[in-house]
Amino acid sequence: MFIRIAGALAAMVIATGAASAQGGAKPTDPQIAHIAYTAGQIDIDAAKQALAKSKNKEVRAFAQDMQRDHTAVNKKALALVKKLKVTPEDNDTSKALVKQAKEKRAELAKLSGAAFDKAYMDNEVAYHKTVNGALEKTLIPSASNAELKELLQTGLKIFQGHEQHAEQVAAKLK
Amino acid sequence: MLGVLVLVLAAGAARAEVIHIKIDKLAFAPAEITAHVGDTIEWANADFLAHTATARNGTFDVMIAAHGKASTVVKAAGTVDYYCKFHPNMVGKVVVVGK
Repeated sequence: MFIRIAGALAAMVIATGAASAQGGAKPTDPQIAHIAYTAGQIDIDAAKQALAKSKNKEVRAFAQDMQRDHTAVNKKALALVKKLKVTPEDNDTSKALVKQAKEKRAELAKLSGAAFDKAYMDNEVAYHKTVNGALEKTLIPSASNAELKELLQTGLKIFQGHEQHAEQVAAKLK
Repeated sequence: MLGVLVLVLAAGAARAEVIHIKIDKLAFAPAEITAHVGDTIEWANADFLAHTATARNGTFDVMIAAHGKASTVVKAAGTVDYYCKFHPNMVGKVVVVGK
């Protein structure tokens, strides 16, 4: 139940934040780039926490996959913004994401063993769901540069894969 | 002796084919292929991420590095559904027919 509320809250944060990032207008490309990069970095940090705390083989393998994929996507994103001469711009959505991730990390830090594994995996499902929803509904439709839009679309496919993978690992823990 | 071996290898190579599957933007293309027992399936990954081709029936589990290639030889007839372990939304099918 708590996870569901947290997921819904995150969805609200992204939806309202992305909308209000420019005073009600759609987010700009520099803001979208910042949001996408931040969302990736948050999942890399979550993976690092899981690798430091979890002893479960499947959970650890999943965390390694997240670290590897999100690092690759963010590297690609950095190369693209450099090429496009776009400077990622911090905004309310990015700030809200970072704040919420910090709270989640603190909450997970108090757990260990099977309780940690379950909470981490449930959050990975909810988090990818939220990010994918934001990509689909707000970030991709708002992106004006074609190359940025294309990278976000590839990102969406990657993260939809992560969401399914997370669901599979989470289901095995129950 | 060596001549016989070369002949045998040559005859084998003539029968067995290499079937190419491209991986691009998280999709196997073509998504479905038909192969003969003894053929090699080679996946070429155009993505900047590592993928796997993992058979649901356990007959193969191949890791394909980012911008890399990897292959497997199909050994038994049957229909094999496969997917990427890292991105289970990527799915493909290999229909293997006997010689």
